[in-house]
Amino acid sequence: MSSTDTGRSPGTVQTDDPRSLAVRIRGLRKSFGTLDVLRGIDLDVRYGEVVCIIGPSGSGKSTLLRCTNLLETPSAGRIEVLGVEITDADVDIDAVRRHIGMVFQQFNLFPHLSVLDNLTIAQRRVLKRSRQEATRIAQENLARVGLSEKSQAYPNQLSGGQQQRAAIARALSMNPRLMLFDEPTSALDPELVGEVLTVMRNLAAEGMTMLVVTHEMAFAREVADRVVFMDGGVVVEDGPPSEVLTSPRQERTREFLHRVLDPTHLTRDELTGEEATTDSVAS
Amino acid sequence: MTSDPPTETAPPASGNLPEPIVVRRGRFSPRQRQRFTRLIQYAVFVVIVGLVAVTADWNRLAESFFNTEVIGELFPEILRIALINTIVYTLLAFAFGLVVGLILALMRLSSIGPYRWFATAYIELFRGLPALLVLLAVAYGFPLAFPNLYIPGGGYGEIALGLGLTAAAYMAETIRAGIQAVPRGQMEAARTLGMSHTRAMISIILPQAFRVVIPPLTNEIILLTKDTSLVYILGLSLTERELTSFGRDAMTQYVSLTPLVMAGLLYLVITVPLSQLVRHLEVRTARKVGSVQH
Repeated sequence: MSSTDTGRSPGTVQTDDPRSLAVRIRGLRKSFGTLDVLRGIDLDVRYGEVVCIIGPSGSGKSTLLRCTNLLETPSAGRIEVLGVEITDADVDIDAVRRHIGMVFQQFNLFPHLSVLDNLTIAQRRVLKRSRQEATRIAQENLARVGLSEKSQAYPNQLSGGQQQRAAIARALSMNPRLMLFDEPTSALDPELVGEVLTVMRNLAAEGMTMLVVTHEMAFAREVADRVVFMDGGVVVEDGPPSEVLTSPRQERTREFLHRVLDPTHLTRDELTGEEATTDSVAS
Repeated sequence: MTSDPPTETAPPASGNLPEPIVVRRGRFSPRQRQRFTRLIQYAVFVVIVGLVAVTADWNRLAESFFNTEVIGELFPEILRIALINTIVYTLLAFAFGLVVGLILALMRLSSIGPYRWFATAYIELFRGLPALLVLLAVAYGFPLAFPNLYIPGGGYGEIALGLGLTAAAYMAETIRAGIQAVPRGQMEAARTLGMSHTRAMISIILPQAFRVVIPPLTNEIILLTKDTSLVYILGLSLTERELTSFGRDAMTQYVSLTPLVMAGLLYLVITVPLSQLVRHLEVRTARKVGSVQH
């Protein structure tokens, strides 16, 4: 696994050649006790692609994302990430994870470390970079997310939007080939969502491969190459945003989009027939 | 009031406002009643204190509690030997308990069943036994059972072990709670950056856990300071005596309560600043933890 990246050519690779795939998931199942959260997922993500996963709460989209770097252990199925089959028990998952960045809903910055140390600790302890090199790379990434002035601040001195941007910079400092975003703006006050989405859009424009669980339909429409709609632990619809978000083929997708896009005008049936669509605390 | 509103099912019109609630007033307002009861409390308190002050034989009390001649005899040994030994025994037992307690806490949280079972059994055992019994077992029982056993550090080692074994059980539970107080997302974030479980524990989880745990661990030092008095049962040599055994010997020698009073005051010299420190740390930790998520 060399550190040079050869696979970033968005849009040009259209074959199903496994080597063009950053993520290849087949027959993924996951249950928590008797609860089947994922019930047979197939999903491909090509290098350079931005894929947004949408769907109601409890549809399994976060669990799918967390299986992609084995934060959750799949019950069955096969996952290949960056050409490595991570569902093989003999694979050193730590070695794979350092190439996969992840951004959480709750930011999960390390509160006992300054922003700079948040960005350098894994570079130094995992990648064995020197202090100088780690600091240089951290400063570059802080500049990328517009937080150069905050390197000495502690996480609790930052706004939610700044914390999330710092968390993105922390992930980028490991030079990942793939970025996972688990509802990155769901915990933010509305006026802080934009700054995080802007950073993510810039990242997409640079050709980063991204798998994003989100409720931001405008972001998905503008930035995603593909939108995946999940419901009840299966992929219901998968296609370009112009199809899935504008003229969905499946009735379930239509219902979901209606509820998300026009939430104050639900019919009586929608209120009584379905469980609440508001997302409670994830996982 | 002039126009009678129509008694239809129509929603209340502006002439049909809800009536204001009625609050009855008693003869005394709540504030007056509170002032009265407080006055009675003060009066009772002053009477009791006054009675004690009048009936006490102050000369006699001073003679037995603070006999200046006896106090003069106690110094400097009570500081040079007794106080120092109390502190040394406390620190040794604390150091031993901290190391063993940390290991037990990690075992208790391990995914490996036998580690968990062992740690749970240890903690239940030593929290359930009197510290005095454990101390006796280590100092007298072990040499009987294993004649060739050598505890490094001699008497100091025996005391560190005898008190530390019990302290470790309490500290293990404290440290475990501290580790569990660190949000799960911290471990997940560390692991997604490629850190191993051990590396994440050392660099991310334990530094945060110890911040939470420092006040209760300081409390543990206070408890240990007092528990060092138990070693008086071991029949210490003259230079091994700590505050309680020193005070007891001097009490017999001078036939006076004063040595015990002095020993007690010296315990307070250690414990009162520590408990002030705990209070200060608790306030600081509460502020820090409270400001992490806003």
